[in-house]
Amino acid sequence: MYLTLVFLPLFGSIAAGFFGFFIGSQGAGFITILCLGLTFLMSCFAFYEVAFAGSPCFLQIMPWFDSELFSFAWGFQFDSLTAVMLIVVTFISFLVHLYSTEYMSHDPHLPRFMSYLSLFTFFMLILVTADNFIQMFVGWEGVGLCSYLLINFWFTRIQANKAAIKAMFMNRIGDFGLALGIFCIFVTFGAVDYSTIFTLAPYFLSDTINFLNIDFNLLDLVGILLFIGAVGKSAQLGLHTWLPDAMEGPTPVSALIHAATMVTAGVFLIARCSPLYEYAPGALSVITIVGAMTAFFAASTGLLQNDMKKVIAYSTCSQLGYMIFACGLSNYHVGVFHLANHAFFKALLFLGAGCVIHAVGDEQDMRKLGGLSKIMPFTYGMMLIGSFSLMGFPFLTGFYSKDVILEVAYGKYSTSGHFAYVLGSLSAFLTAFYSVRLLYLTFLSKPNGYRVLILNAHEAPWRMALPLLILVIPSIFIGYLTKDMIIGLGTNFWQGSIYIQPKNFNIIDAEHIPQAAKLLPVCLSILGALTSFILYFYGSQSLFLFKTSPLGLKFYTFLNRKWFFDKIYNEIIGQFFLSAAYNLTYKQIDRGLIESLGPFGLTRLVSKIALSLKVLQTGFFYHYTLAMVFSLISFLAYFRFENSTFILLSDSKLWFLFVIALFFINTDFKSFKN
Amino acid sequence: MFKLFTSSNFINKILISFLVVLAYNFIISVNLILSFLILFPLFGSFVIAWLPNEQKTLMKSLALIISGITFLFSLALWVNFNKSLSKFQFIETVHYWFPWDSNSSTYVLLGVDGISLFFVILTTLLIFVCLLSSWDNIHIHLKEYLLTFLILESLLLGVFIILDLLMFYILFEATLIPMFIMILTWGSRERKIRAATMLFLYTLFGSVFMLAGIIYIYWTVGSTDYQIVVASAQFTSFEQRLLWLSFFLSFATKVPMLPVHIWLPEAHVEAPTAGSVILAGILLKLGSYGFLRFSLPLFSEANFYFTPLVYSIAVLGVIYTSLTAIRQTDFKRIIAYTSVAHMNIVMIGIYSFNLIGLGGSILQSISHGFVSSALFLIIGVVYDRFHTRLIKYYSGLVHIMPLYALIFLFFTMANIALPGTSSFVGEFLILAGSFKENTTVTFLGATGMILGGAYSLWLYNRVIYGNLKKDEGHLHLKYSYDINRREFYVFLPLIIGTILMGIYPKIFLDPLEASLLNLVFQLKN
Repeated sequence: MYLTLVFLPLFGSIAAGFFGFFIGSQGAGFITILCLGLTFLMSCFAFYEVAFAGSPCFLQIMPWFDSELFSFAWGFQFDSLTAVMLIVVTFISFLVHLYSTEYMSHDPHLPRFMSYLSLFTFFMLILVTADNFIQMFVGWEGVGLCSYLLINFWFTRIQANKAAIKAMFMNRIGDFGLALGIFCIFVTFGAVDYSTIFTLAPYFLSDTINFLNIDFNLLDLVGILLFIGAVGKSAQLGLHTWLPDAMEGPTPVSALIHAATMVTAGVFLIARCSPLYEYAPGALSVITIVGAMTAFFAASTGLLQNDMKKVIAYSTCSQLGYMIFACGLSNYHVGVFHLANHAFFKALLFLGAGCVIHAVGDEQDMRKLGGLSKIMPFTYGMMLIGSFSLMGFPFLTGFYSKDVILEVAYGKYSTSGHFAYVLGSLSAFLTAFYSVRLLYLTFLSKPNGYRVLILNAHEAPWRMALPLLILVIPSIFIGYLTKDMIIGLGTNFWQGSIYIQPKNFNIIDAEHIPQAAKLLPVCLSILGALTSFILYFYGSQSLFLFKTSPLGLKFYTFLNRKWFFDKIYNEIIGQFFLSAAYNLTYKQIDRGLIESLGPFGLTRLVSKIALSLKVLQTGFFYHYTLAMVFSLISFLAYFRFENSTFILLSDSKLWFLFVIALFFINTDFKSFKN
Repeated sequence: MFKLFTSSNFINKILISFLVVLAYNFIISVNLILSFLILFPLFGSFVIAWLPNEQKTLMKSLALIISGITFLFSLALWVNFNKSLSKFQFIETVHYWFPWDSNSSTYVLLGVDGISLFFVILTTLLIFVCLLSSWDNIHIHLKEYLLTFLILESLLLGVFIILDLLMFYILFEATLIPMFIMILTWGSRERKIRAATMLFLYTLFGSVFMLAGIIYIYWTVGSTDYQIVVASAQFTSFEQRLLWLSFFLSFATKVPMLPVHIWLPEAHVEAPTAGSVILAGILLKLGSYGFLRFSLPLFSEANFYFTPLVYSIAVLGVIYTSLTAIRQTDFKRIIAYTSVAHMNIVMIGIYSFNLIGLGGSILQSISHGFVSSALFLIIGVVYDRFHTRLIKYYSGLVHIMPLYALIFLFFTMANIALPGTSSFVGEFLILAGSFKENTTVTFLGATGMILGGAYSLWLYNRVIYGNLKKDEGHLHLKYSYDINRREFYVFLPLIIGTILMGIYPKIFLDPLEASLLNLVFQLKN
C-alpha cells in the first residue's frame, strides 16, 4: 500500500500524458482523478496506521548510489510528519484535480495539464516520503520542474515564459545552497540518510568545518545551507520574487503548488531536519529573523497589489514566513500545524479566486471587478470564510495555529523571539487589512467591470463548487479538532519524527505570557479588518487623495512595486551578469585576448615573420656566400670550443667577426630595399 | 536499415541473429573480443569501399549494421566484466615485427579495465547513433562519409583499448584526420576551413609535447608498454613535473580547459551534426581519459603539486564558459560552451583524488556523452528542417513539433542535472568528492548549477515556447513535421542510457570501483 500510494499518481500522469491522445480529455481526467482518489484513501489509511496506531513504516526498494561511503538506497519512510504531509498533499491535490477538469475544460491541452498535475503530486510524495537527503532532492527538483511546466502551461504568453524561467532559476539558487548543505552533511557524517545523521547530530555539537577558508560551526553551517534551499522553495525574503510571478499559471496550479504544497516544502525540510537544527542555535536564529522579515515584508506588499491572485500570493509568502519563524523558534510542530491549516484555507481562497476569474472572463485586476457578491454568493461565502480563517479570526482554523505561533514567539523571551512577535503581530494587522480589501474590491464595491463580463458572470459549476464546499469544512473546523492532537501538551502524535530539545521546548511558557501579549494579535487582526472595511467603504475618497499626494504616491509606489526587489534584481544584478557575460568574457576575452594570442595573433605573426624573412631570398650569389661563410665560421668555432661553450661568446675575435657580419647584412638590406 | 529488415523475410532474420550469436560465442571463447572490436569496423569500411556509389541504401544499411554489431559486442565486455578485478581484462597480445629486420619483434597489449570500459561502450553506441542520425541528410560523398565514421570508430576504440604509450599517441593523433576531413567535407560554411585548421593545430600543438614526454619515458624506462611503465616508472619530482606538464598540455587542449578551448565552439559550429556528436561525445573524453589513464598513475607526486593549477583553471572554466554561453546567438555555440563547462566539472572530479570524485568524473563523462550528443542531435533535427542555427528565427516549435519539444525538455533537464538523470549522478558525485578536498572549489564549481539553469532554460524557452515568429505576416519557419520514427530511434538509446544511469547508477559504478581504488592507491603512495 505504501509504495502504491506513492506511485499511483505517476501512473496517472503517464496515462494522461503519453496516452492522452487516445483516452481524450474526459478519460485523462477520469484516470488521474481515480488515481489521486485512491492515493488519498491510502494516505488516510497510512495516517491511521502511522500517526494514530503509532507504527512508522520504512521501505527500501533498490540500491541507488554506491560509491565508497556515498552509498544509499531508494528508500521510503513514513512517520508522523510524512503522514501529515501525505494527507495535506493528496487531499488538496485530489480536489484540485477535480476542480481542474471543469476550470480547464475548454482547454485543448487538458490531458497534458492533468498529467503535469499528477506528476507534480508524485514528486511531492517522493519529497515527503524520502528517507535520505538525495532522494528528497529528487522530489525537490522534480516539483520545481513541474512548477516550471505548469506556470508555463499557456506557453504562448511571454509573461508565463518569463515567470516560469524565473521560478526555476530562483529555485536553483536555493538548490545550490541545499546541495552544498548535503555535501557538507555527507563529508562530516559520512552518510546522507536521515536516521544516521539525526542520530549522530549531537556528537557534532562543537565541531567546526572549514568552508570557503573560514571556520564555521558545523551544524550552524549545515543548517544555514539547508535553509538557503528552503528560502528558495518557500519564497522567503531574498528569493521570493518568483512566487508572485508564478501566478501567471492557471489558478488550480496556484492553489495546489504555489499555496498548499510545493512552497511548504521548505518548512517541511526544516521540520524534518529538526534533530539537526536543535543543535544549531545560530542557524535557528537566522531562520527566525528571515521568517519574520518575510512575514512582514510580504504582508505589507500584499496591501497594495491590484491583481487578485498576487494579493493571495503575497499572503502565502507571508504565511510561509510565519511557519518558518515558528520552526526557527524550535516549535516545528506548530509550524507544521500551521502548514496543514494554511493549506486548507489558502487552497480554498485560490480556488475561490479561480471561480471568480472563471466567471468574469479571466479578469484578475480587482479594480475592474466588484459587486460580485450578488452574482456569486456561494463563492463570496467561501472566500469570506477562507479570508477570516486566514486572518486568524477567533475559533476558525487559522486562529489555532497563527495565535500559537505568536504566543510561542513571545514566550521565547529572546531577541529574535520578540522580533518575530512584533513583526508577526504587525503582519496580522496587515493580513486582515488586505484580506478585507480583497473581499471588498471584488465582491462588495460597486461593479467596475465591463458590462458584458458582469452580465455573463455565473456561479461556479458543481465540479468547481464541490471542492470549495469540501475545503470549507477543514478551513473552519480542522484547527479546533486537531489542535490538541498535534500541538497539545504532551501529545505523542509526532513519535520522534520531530525532535525538540527540552530546553528549547517553550509551549508551556507560551501559556503563561502576559494576557495583553496574548490578545494583541487577535485585536490587531480585528482592528485591521475594521480599518480596511471602514476606509474602503466610507473613505475611498480620502484614500484616493492620500494616494495621489506626493508622500502617498511614494508610499504607494514602494509597496505596489514590491519594495523594488525586482527592479534591483533585473536591472542591476541581472544586467551586471549579462553585460559581463557579453562584454567581458565573450567579447574581451574569448574574441579578444585568447583570439589575439591564439589563432588570429599567430597568423598575423607568422605572416609578418614570413614577410621579413622573404627579403633574405635576394638571389645574389654573394649574399648566400656570406651566409655560408658566416655559418661555417660559427660551426667551426662551435666545434673548436665545444668543451667550453661560453668561450664562443666571450672570445673578442669572434665578436669582431660577428659584428662585421652584421654590418654586411644591414647594408645589403638597404641596397635591396632601394 | 528498416527497409532491409522489413523486406527480408523472417527466416533471414533468424539466420542473421543465429550467425551473430554463433560469432559471439566464438569470439568470447577464444577471447578475441577486443581485436574484433577494433578490426570489425575497419573490415566493414573495407567492404563498403568496394560497393558501387549508386547503392546508397545498401551502403548505409551495411554501415549501420556493422556499427550496431560492434555496439552489441562491446556490451559483451560489460556483461563479462569481472567487477572484483582491478587489473586489465580481456587481455590480448599482438606481436608484430618489422619486415626489414626479421630479428626485431615487439608487441602491444589490448586490454580493458574499469576506467576504459564505459568509454569503449560509449564510442560504439555513439557511432551507431551518428550513422542512424545522418541517414537522410548527407547528399555528397556518402560512401566517404560512412568510411570516415567506421575508420574513426576503429581509431577511437584503439585509443581506449591499446595499452601502449606510443600507440596511444599515434591513435590519439590519428583521430584528428577523420575529424578534419569530416569538418572540411561535410561542414556548412566557408569558415569551416578555419575551424578545421584550428582543431588540428590546437590539438597538435599540445600533443607534440606529449610525444616528447613519451619519448623521454621510453628512454628512462625502456619500454612503452603501459603496464611496465606504470610498474617501473621512478621519476624524480622535477622530471615528474615536466612530464606532467607535457601530458597536461595535450589533454587540456582536448578536454578543453580555459585558454585553449576556443577551437571547440568553432569546430562544433562548422561540423555536421554527427561530427558534433562525435566531437562532444567522444573526442573530448579522450582528454579526461588521458588524465585518468596516464597523468594520474604515472606522475603521482606532480599531480598533487599541480592540483591548485588544475582547480583554478577548471573552476574559471566552469564559470567563464557558463557566462559566455548565456549570450550566444548560435544554437550550437551554446551547447558547445556548455560542453566546456561540464568537462571542466569532470576535471574537478578527477583532481579530487578520491573514489567518489573519480567515479563521478567517469560517470559525468559518460553522461555528458549521452546528453551533449543528444542536444547536438536535437539541433540537427531542426537544422535539417529549417537550415538555420540562429536562435532568433526559432520560436514556438512546440506548436508544430510536440514530441520534439518533449525530448528537448528531457535533455535540457538532463543538461542542468535534474535528479533522476545521469548528469545529476555524475555532478553530485564529483562535487561531493571535491567537497572533501576543497570546499571553495566545490562552491565555485556548483555555481555552474545556477548558471547552467539560466542558459538552458532560456534556450529552451526561446526555441520551444511562444508563438511561431512572423515577419510582415510571413512565418519564419514553414510548417514542418514532428520527429519521425528514425529520429525517435536515434534518441531512444540516449534517453534509456540517461534514465538508467540516473536511477540505477550502481551498474555503472560497480565495474569502476576496483580499478579506481587501485588508482587512488597508486596516487596516495
